[in-house]
Amino acid sequence: MDLNYTPQELKFRDELRAWLETQLPGPEETRAASKSPDPWVRFNFYRDWQRRLHQGGWTGVHWPKEYGGRGATLMEQVIFIEEMARAQAPQVAGVLGLMLIGPTIVHHGTPEQKQRFLNRILSGEEIWCQGFSEPNAGSDLANLRTEAKDMGDHFLVNGHKVWNSYGWAADWCALVTRTDPEAPKHKGLSYLLVDMKSPGVEVRPLLQITGETEFCEIYFNNVQVPKQNVLGRINDGWNVAISTLMHERATLGADMRIVFARQLNRLVELTRKISRGGKPLYDDPLVRQKIGQAYTEIELLRLNQMRSVSRIAQTGAPGPEGSILKICWSELNQRFQQAAQEILGLYGQLEHGKHAIDDGAWSYGFLRARGNTIEAGTSEIQRNIIGHFVLGLPKSY
Amino acid sequence: MQFDLNETQLMLKKGAREFFAAECPMHDVRRIMATDTSFDDKLWKKIADQGWTGITFDEAYGGAGLGLVELAVLMEEMGRALVPGPYLSTVLLAGNAISLAGSEEQKQKYLTRICSGTARASLAVVEAEGVWSLASLKMKATPVEGGCKLKGAKLFVTDAGVADFFVVAAKAREGLVLAVVDARARGVKLAPMPALDQTRKYYEVSFNNVTGEVLATGEAARAALERTIDLATAALTAEMAGGMQRVLDITVQYAKTRKQFNTPIGQFQAVQHQCADMLVFTESSRSAAYYAAYAIEENTPDARLAVSAAKTYASEAYRETGNRGIQVHGGMGFTWENDLHLYYRRAKACETMFGDAAFHRDRIARELVAPVKTAAPVSAEPEAVHA
Ligand SMILES: Cc1cc2nc3c(=O)[nH]c(=O)nc-3n(C[C@H](O)[C@H](O)[C@H](O)COP(=O)(O)OP(=O)(O)OC[C@H]3O[C@@H](n4cnc5c(N)ncnc54)[C@H](O)[C@@H]3O)c2cc1C
Repeated sequence: MDLNYTPQELKFRDELRAWLETQLPGPEETRAASKSPDPWVRFNFYRDWQRRLHQGGWTGVHWPKEYGGRGATLMEQVIFIEEMARAQAPQVAGVLGLMLIGPTIVHHGTPEQKQRFLNRILSGEEIWCQGFSEPNAGSDLANLRTEAKDMGDHFLVNGHKVWNSYGWAADWCALVTRTDPEAPKHKGLSYLLVDMKSPGVEVRPLLQITGETEFCEIYFNNVQVPKQNVLGRINDGWNVAISTLMHERATLGADMRIVFARQLNRLVELTRKISRGGKPLYDDPLVRQKIGQAYTEIELLRLNQMRSVSRIAQTGAPGPEGSILKICWSELNQRFQQAAQEILGLYGQLEHGKHAIDDGAWSYGFLRARGNTIEAGTSEIQRNIIGHFVLGLPKSY
Repeated sequence: MQFDLNETQLMLKKGAREFFAAECPMHDVRRIMATDTSFDDKLWKKIADQGWTGITFDEAYGGAGLGLVELAVLMEEMGRALVPGPYLSTVLLAGNAISLAGSEEQKQKYLTRICSGTARASLAVVEAEGVWSLASLKMKATPVEGGCKLKGAKLFVTDAGVADFFVVAAKAREGLVLAVVDARARGVKLAPMPALDQTRKYYEVSFNNVTGEVLATGEAARAALERTIDLATAALTAEMAGGMQRVLDITVQYAKTRKQFNTPIGQFQAVQHQCADMLVFTESSRSAAYYAAYAIEENTPDARLAVSAAKTYASEAYRETGNRGIQVHGGMGFTWENDLHLYYRRAKACETMFGDAAFHRDRIARELVAPVKTAAPVSAEPEAVHA
């Protein structure tokens, strides 16, 4: 174990810092955009930021150079995330493409597919959504019914997907379909790359408990998908989907860490600014306990992530241990948001208006965190995976 | 000993459940909460017709003269149905404050209108510090001809948007003052404070040199206000237990019917255990709420402890029940369309109202270390009524 950065890693970090120095949007700008009630305002801000990162060569840093990445090592990818967290940088618009679907295309795509899709994912020119879940296929994803019929040169797709994050903004959809209804349920699936502008695709926004329409449902009605848009082999879609899910578990949290770091910083600042009983909040030992606990958990996430990355660097691909990270970040966020609520007291629940702290960001954060242990595979499913695939306990269902 | 509801209480419970199922089903809750003030005139009138706006108050003022356990039972059912509007503000807060602090004449003037359902009201205590504690009051009341002059802002005032008058707590030379202020008086200004729970709305109410009619001052005011808040807290925990029960029922039903892996999800132990925990939270909150109501009613020596224990437990239990209910519903639980988040939002509001778990743990510890005399019920004619 050597936790010192190598000279090469230091060089990478300094280069990034220098770039951020001149290119990072100001905190005021970021705060104003990220609290806009119009999802498109937020989205366009994040997309502009992604464009700027891309122009500087800072998207997909560990993707191979030949596909437009920076060819950085995984360790450098970790440094990248650290620096983004440190700089309190905004999110990027194309998270699903950058973190989940791009890497899946890198791994399973044909040269033509890589050529066609990867660079546009990096630049944010094309936004992706993930068309996996269905009304009757959530935890039991392999039970999905959306059908893709082989019509010779294309597939004809019919079906209904739900809970698709950013479906409303997406240009493309990574769609898991059933191509062989006779085969056992994991065997007859194919992974299609579907143009959301194809005739027969209909997106309907779904209102979340936060009052926003971050996710959607998507209806596919006789949608034609050219054969060259199958990712991986026909009827091998389960394995391709698993590779997306592994990336999802292992890496989404890394992105969240940037958000947590920013929020913890802000919370600490608030404990200095707000006073109760004539004293700043941080004077209260209970408040300090909560801050200390939040720091510890966010730090543990960072350390777990670093070790996991080191392991991936050796084995090449994320494994079922990703479920550990998924449990860590999602459950820590729920505890963190609750701690913030307890610190902010009556004010924490305010959604808007002049008394709402940070214009309601904390009540929003509290509600939004509730979804974390459901999306990207529920906590129960992650624990099943750890029990069975990591610990080797007998399968429980 | 029998720690359970008696015949009449059970009948009240059944009646209230049927009443709210018919008069305030979830689509009405959603309709009402979407209005500016979360108030429905017709529903309010029907609640008053049941005699519930005067449930615990003296028959002399048009009340039903029932006890606190009956009130708890009613609140439980209101919490279950997630009844929107100013019941808590009017009856539990303003009503009790007037009943405990007001003179005979004032009760005739204000309490009768509350009992008959013709007036709505609220209690204004919390200020900029955002704490439900009398020690943190800053607003000043200066004596004037016919009452006291109030200047300052109150925050987190529930349902102020439909209140006809406010009971305001302020500080004067002789200590605390409780005064009634007409909501339409010049110098009273309201500003909504939109929060997670849309069924019971919060407001900032500012008073710019407004004259209030004094209910009580000094020790009498303090005792009345403390008892009012304790009463309301006990009743609120009953409301919370009712909400938990509903979340549990919806969730168990879902776990029985939703299938994944060809199995009802309720068959998975991970799901079953969450439901079992929810039952423990609900039942324990109910026990604590009933006991708190009983203890205040009977003025048992541990009444304040009972209230704080109930609020400490229920504050966390309601939120946790909501967490698990949504979790068991998967993606469905994260949709606006599903009712669970409405309870979850209510749970958040209840958690922080009248002091959160940390506040009440602290109060318990203080009380155990240095017991304060339990606030005795204030007589109908407090000694020092006017400033
Ligand atoms: C905010 C959000 C964003 C999302 N974004 C996307 C997206 O972009 N694309 C996409 O395809 N999907 C998305 N999803 C869907 C998500 O992946 C599913 O909701 C999730 O996999 C659970 O499926 P379900 O909703 O059908 O719940 P169910 O599978 O019905 O689960 C219900 C409950 O049963 C439990 N359960 C089920 N099976 C078992 C078992 N074997 N053992 C123990 N417990 C079990 C679950 O843990 C859960 O508590 C999103 C969901 C949310 C909340």
